[in-house]
Formats: sequence, C-alpha cells, structure tokens
Amino acid sequence: MALMNTLFNGLSLSSIYLLVALGLAVTFGLMGVINMAHGEFVMIGAYVTFITQEIIGGNGSVAYLLSILVAFLTTFVLGCILEKVLITRLYGRKIDSLLATWGISLILQQAARSIFGSQGVNVNAPAFLKSGLTIGGCTFAYNRIFIIGLVIVWLLTVWLLMNKTSFGAKMRATMQNRAMAQCMGINSKKIDCITFGIGSGLAGVAGCSIALLGSVDSTVGQNYIVYSFMTVVLGGVGNLIGTVIGAMIIGFSSIFVEAYQSASIARAIVLLIIIVFLQFKPKGLFVIRSRSLDEE
Amino acid sequence: MLKINKMCACYGESSVIRDLDLDVADGKIVCLIGRNGVGKSTTLKSIMGLVSTPEGSITLDGTEIIKMPTYDRVKLGIGYVPQGRDIFPQMTVQENLELGLQAAGKGKKIPDYIYDLFPILPEFAKRRGGDLSGGQQQQLAIARALVTGPKILILDEPTEGIQPSIIQDIGRAIKRVNKELGITVLIVEQYLDFVLNISDYIYIMEKGNIVMQGETDKLPAEEVQKMMTE
Repeated sequence: MALMNTLFNGLSLSSIYLLVALGLAVTFGLMGVINMAHGEFVMIGAYVTFITQEIIGGNGSVAYLLSILVAFLTTFVLGCILEKVLITRLYGRKIDSLLATWGISLILQQAARSIFGSQGVNVNAPAFLKSGLTIGGCTFAYNRIFIIGLVIVWLLTVWLLMNKTSFGAKMRATMQNRAMAQCMGINSKKIDCITFGIGSGLAGVAGCSIALLGSVDSTVGQNYIVYSFMTVVLGGVGNLIGTVIGAMIIGFSSIFVEAYQSASIARAIVLLIIIVFLQFKPKGLFVIRSRSLDEE
Repeated sequence: MLKINKMCACYGESSVIRDLDLDVADGKIVCLIGRNGVGKSTTLKSIMGLVSTPEGSITLDGTEIIKMPTYDRVKLGIGYVPQGRDIFPQMTVQENLELGLQAAGKGKKIPDYIYDLFPILPEFAKRRGGDLSGGQQQQLAIARALVTGPKILILDEPTEGIQPSIIQDIGRAIKRVNKELGITVLIVEQYLDFVLNISDYIYIMEKGNIVMQGETDKLPAEEVQKMMTE
C-alpha cells in the first residue's frame, strides 16, 4: 500500500515537473533561449486562475476550466510581448538573455507582491476534483489524477503541433536553421514570436495546475523552475520524449528518497544523481545526431 | 531579370564588396567565379538579404528588393541553394521539400517535374535530411529551392565535395531547369570545367569587384584559367 502511494506520488510530481518543463522544452529546448522568467509565467498562470475564479465565483468548476484557457492566452500574449521587446534582440547571446530574463523575473515577482501582497492566495479546487478515488485502501486524489491527464493532453497537443502541422514544420525549420528557413520564404520573426508565446502559454497552464496544489504567492514559480530546467537538460535539449523521461527520473527519485529519508536529503540526492548522470552523458539522455550536426 | 547596381555589402564594420555591378539576363545561366574569399558567396547572400547591404540597388524584374526581408524576396521568385546545402537535418526529405510550398503559395502538392528531375528523391522521402550523402543533399537542396516556384535559381558552389558522376547529374538537371522550365540561373562556382560547360555568361571576381566578364565561348579560356589558379 505504501509503495502504491509512493508510486502515485512520484507519478504526480513527475507530471507537475513535466507540465512546467513542457513550456521550457519549447523555449529552451527548441529555441535555445534561457528564460529565467519562465517560473513567473507559471506564477501568472496561477494568479490568473485565482482572478478568474474570483470574478466568476460559483463552486469553481466552470471557472477553473475556463481559467485554463484564460491562463494560456494571457501568458501566450505576455510571452509574445516579451519576445518582441527583449528576447528578439538576444538570440545567440545565452548569458545576456539569462541575465535579462532574470531581471524580468524579479520585476514580475515584485509586481505580484505589489498587487496581491506577500500573503498567498488560495484557489478553490473545483467540486469535481475535491475527493479522491479509493482502491483497496489507497486514495488517489482527483486533482492529481486530473493534472496527470492534463499533462498527457498537452504533451500530445504539443507533439501533434510540432510534427503534424505545417506551422510545426516551419517552427522546426526555423529552430534548426534560421537563415535557411527565411530562404524558404518563412517569416522567421513571426515564427519565433509565436513559438515563444506557446512555450510561455504552456507555463501559464502549468500555473493553473499548481494552483490546485497549494496557495499561490509570488515565489510559486521559483519552486519549480530549477527542476524544470534540469528536466530539459537531463532529457536532452530539443527532445520531447527526453523531457518526459527526465521529468520522471527527477519526480520519482525525489519521492522515493523522500519516502525513506527527509525532503532535504531527497533534494541533495536528486541533484547528485543529475550531476553524476551528466558526467557520463553531458548532452542528456537523448542526443540528436546527424551528419550535418556532427560536422559542426 | 536580376540587376545589381553599385551595391556595397559588409559584415559588421568591415566592407567586403564595394560598388558591385552585375546583371543576370532573363533565361540565361550565369556563373560568377573567382578564388576563395573574393566575395562571391557574399554577393549571393546580399541578393538573399542575409548580409547587410547599406548602399546600392538590387532589382528583380524591375522591383527594388534591397530593403526587403529575406522571406519576401523568396516570395518574389528567388530560389536559393546555399553553400553546404543547409538541409534541415532533423526533418525528412518530404518535409524539407514541403517547406518550399508555402513560399510558392499554391496547394499542398510537390510538382511532378521535381521527381522527374531528381528520381532519387521519392526513394528517400521518409529519411531524415541529415542522413543523406552530400550529393543526395545537394539534389534535395536544388529540388527544395525549385518547389518555391522561383523565376531565378541561385546556387552557391553546387559541385563542392561531390563525386564526379553526381556533378554530371546536377549539371544536367540545372540545364533542364533552365531550358524546360525557363528558370534563369546564377551559379557561384570554383570548378572551371563545370562552369565552362554549363554557363552562357561568366563574371570573374577579384577582391570584391568584377574584373572580367563576357559570354562563355568568347572569353579567353587560358587567361580565365590563369586568374583562377594564380
């Protein structure tokens, strides 16, 4: 029974990391932008959930489902604005974009504190997510099952968008070779902007889910950002399957160590696992190989 | 077709080309030759808008394009095959080709003549571009440029690092594109035999300027040879 619970918790934590990392897999993995403000887009998504619920009221079910959409659109638009104003000037300058987006991250955190106060706000879990599913003495909370389902849906959506649509083809072409994509008549500036927007939008959706798990304050994004970057790096930059496996390694190992030791030991051990792992596979689990890349 | 007038091109602060004049006549195959580092590739990149061109004019069928972004130039009808091919390595051959379709803005089908010109492509449709050999990539790159429906096809060293039998195939394909589809061709090349065999008109470049030009069969072959090797 205890093992069952631990497994479920591991899956749940993995799904949350994955949801945050999915946006990063797009902005960092695909575009190569180190966006330190990604965590704050998660925070914005969480606050948007709160605001939507405040405005609509009721038992929260309609408001919550609606807020997923609102959070996506809000962070999508903010992401596009950030790309147009700042990121677009910093392509190929990783350290500069790291510093600049870190600045944005601090500004957004302070803005959140100014608007909502430093006290956390609470999102009411919608009625249909309040209880749990009990099987043979184990209880699986509905909200955690819901998040796992949400991750699967978004993962499929992103995969389909990237691999089965003409927009996805343009996106991949632009990320693989920006100049050549332009020479195919692709407006790469537009693609960059929308792609960054999608990555940020996914962060907003992750914020909706995180709002279900606890109170929302200005540092909520910070709790996830480091692990999410590690998830993407561990899985191999630019690879969705890698991101999934990376999230599971980090999620499950955290929970398992936590179950038998303490939470702080768990953090240390997870970091140790990652460090040792990257010693042997510095490019992550799944390395993209091809002739033209090897030549570089 | 394509007219370059008093154009300057630079990378950052250092100017590579100054006051270049070049004219590609409609329906012809024109070659731009010269030794390494004289600015041939830069000339092509200027036409594509990939380097900064602070002065001069480039017109395509009378339309001034020097201020246009690259993707709009392509839509006006310039197909570009860069040096090193620049195939999208993680995408399949099919996907590489389909990317050209949206610039052409017509339909979702790759025209049949592409497969007629390059019969190897359908066999490789599902393979990733990065897994093809150099010669196969070169053929894919030309096909991909043709899918965009260009009026003028621009090739940067199409024979570089490719085995002789494939060079012949590529030469034949370029000639067919020119004769059967009426597409004007501009080629930058170092391989003189290939140039003399394929071109109607030749420009010779030295230090960012044209030093000799003329119809291929009227140019003094020995002098050209000397300029290329010395």
